[in-house]
Amino acid sequence: MIDTLAVKQIIKNYILSEFLPGEDPAQLTDYTPLITAGILDSIATLKFVDFLEQHFSITINAHETDPEYLDTIERIAALVHSKG
Amino acid sequence: MALQHLLDSSVQERGSHVAVLEGSGVGQIDYVTLGRLSDRMRDRLATMGVGRGDRVGIYLRKSADGVASIFGILKTGAAYVPVDPTAPAARNAYIHNNCGVKVVIVEKRFETAYREELAKLGPVPHMIILKNTGGGAHLEKALEGLNTQSPAPAVPTANSAPDDLAYILYTSGSTGMPKGVMLSHRNAVSFVDWCSETFEPRASDVFSSHAPFHFDLSILDIYVPLKHGARLLLVPEEIGKEPLGLAKLICDHNISIWYSAPSILSLLAQFGKLPERDCSRLRMILFAGEVFPIVHLRSLQRQVPHPRYFNLYGPTETNVCTWYEIPSVVPNDRTNPYPIGKPCSHLKSIVVDPDSKPVARGAEGELCIAGSNVMQGYWAMPEQTAKSFLLDDGTGERWYKTGDIVAEEPDGNYRYVGRCDRMVKKRGYRVELGEIEACLYRHVAIREAAVVALPDAAAGAKVKVHLSIRGEKRPSLIEMKTFCSHHLPVYMIPDVFAFHESLPKTSTDKIDYQTLQNLA
Repeated sequence: MIDTLAVKQIIKNYILSEFLPGEDPAQLTDYTPLITAGILDSIATLKFVDFLEQHFSITINAHETDPEYLDTIERIAALVHSKG
Repeated sequence: MALQHLLDSSVQERGSHVAVLEGSGVGQIDYVTLGRLSDRMRDRLATMGVGRGDRVGIYLRKSADGVASIFGILKTGAAYVPVDPTAPAARNAYIHNNCGVKVVIVEKRFETAYREELAKLGPVPHMIILKNTGGGAHLEKALEGLNTQSPAPAVPTANSAPDDLAYILYTSGSTGMPKGVMLSHRNAVSFVDWCSETFEPRASDVFSSHAPFHFDLSILDIYVPLKHGARLLLVPEEIGKEPLGLAKLICDHNISIWYSAPSILSLLAQFGKLPERDCSRLRMILFAGEVFPIVHLRSLQRQVPHPRYFNLYGPTETNVCTWYEIPSVVPNDRTNPYPIGKPCSHLKSIVVDPDSKPVARGAEGELCIAGSNVMQGYWAMPEQTAKSFLLDDGTGERWYKTGDIVAEEPDGNYRYVGRCDRMVKKRGYRVELGEIEACLYRHVAIREAAVVALPDAAAGAKVKVHLSIRGEKRPSLIEMKTFCSHHLPVYMIPDVFAFHESLPKTSTDKIDYQTLQNLA
């Protein structure tokens, strides 16, 4: 299992390239709200979940697709980590 | 008959049958319990001085506790005012303060921020606090807790008059703050009765509740199944936008009547893998709130061909006022959306030009509606209310001006053409572009703001903001979106932000929206 910092960087790179083109990477922190600030809308969230499942070989359950699990890079990394 | 009485015969005849089931699996409530719990809420509210004509706020996640609360409020003769539990606390506090709620039923998780915001606006109303929601149990506990402090003697259920206020639903306001649409028992019951006549619900039906309670689709969701002794399945919020989970829920729980905005149906068609599941119990799919892109409607119908599909149209101010049944096979070569249909049997319609004169048959004009569904007006906005109606001097009849441009086709169905103002629909929700602009102007760095909408097949509209700033430092996209999320519900947060030195102007020095609209 790769370490948390590496997981966060992978997630951050994906979000910046797919959903925040041209944005200063320093603006995207571990705690930037993604879903609740409209950075990830419904379709973007589905695409992102698909990426997480493919890249980390994990399964994300339906109830894990809401802001409680996916709203920040911190929470997403914790979710990925919890999948062992 | 008043809304609260729609439940009575079902409580008698369907006592131990499930009335409301939470799709999260947390809980369910049968008809007898729903009746009893709403009676207890009624009694508690009565001891807090709530009676006919008062307003009571609801700030809960969608739940059986919420449904029981709604009926409890109605049973006092008061009107309920639901708010979006995902919206900023400031917005919800504004809404409840605006209509002067006497009491609010609020979930603990929202209490602190909500109280802080209310305190900025004036006296804080009394609250009934629920530690959580689910299955009605938390409402039961909250009421029992209050009873140990002071008992709430049973009072009779109010016999609301037809024109008594039943609920106020707040929608996006063009001037910057949401506005409250006042709906009476007559408005709601005439709509529910039309649903009974048109869709012929059965006690064996399972209705979905996908829409939140502050959205007018919830009126059909809540009252039609409960009137007929059917079952209402509350779709959990986390599954509500997740097509695979939703497809599973629909099929596992044998949902027979589905009602939602088209955007979630488009997602289901694209990502839900419905043909892999048994949806044979699904017999009707109703959709409303925005245009359903034909490509996704066709795809959905190919995957789930057996239900009847209905396009329902109507603003919050009238609820559903026209309807159209989609043919059983959407042709491959059809590219235009289907019509919004003909007026409901109990309503009247007319199409007028900008001078409020009826247009020739087939010509484009603004659709206006009269009849028992039509709202009373906007809360505390007499001018706005007056502007939104045409008054027939001869009959005294009020026609609500929908702001939607339509044209009548030769078969009598109305074809939707577009809006005549700055309102768009996003995922079925009303979005006033002016409200977004007002929010942006609150940001210290923003000098000018102009919001335009671009068509988008998936969401209905993409909201693009054109900005010019004060000073040198341009706020980041993340900063702008986060700022908006503090003032607006998530569906109103703009999709695209474009910065300019200054915004283009017309010859009269107003912002040139046309030029901005045409920019790539």
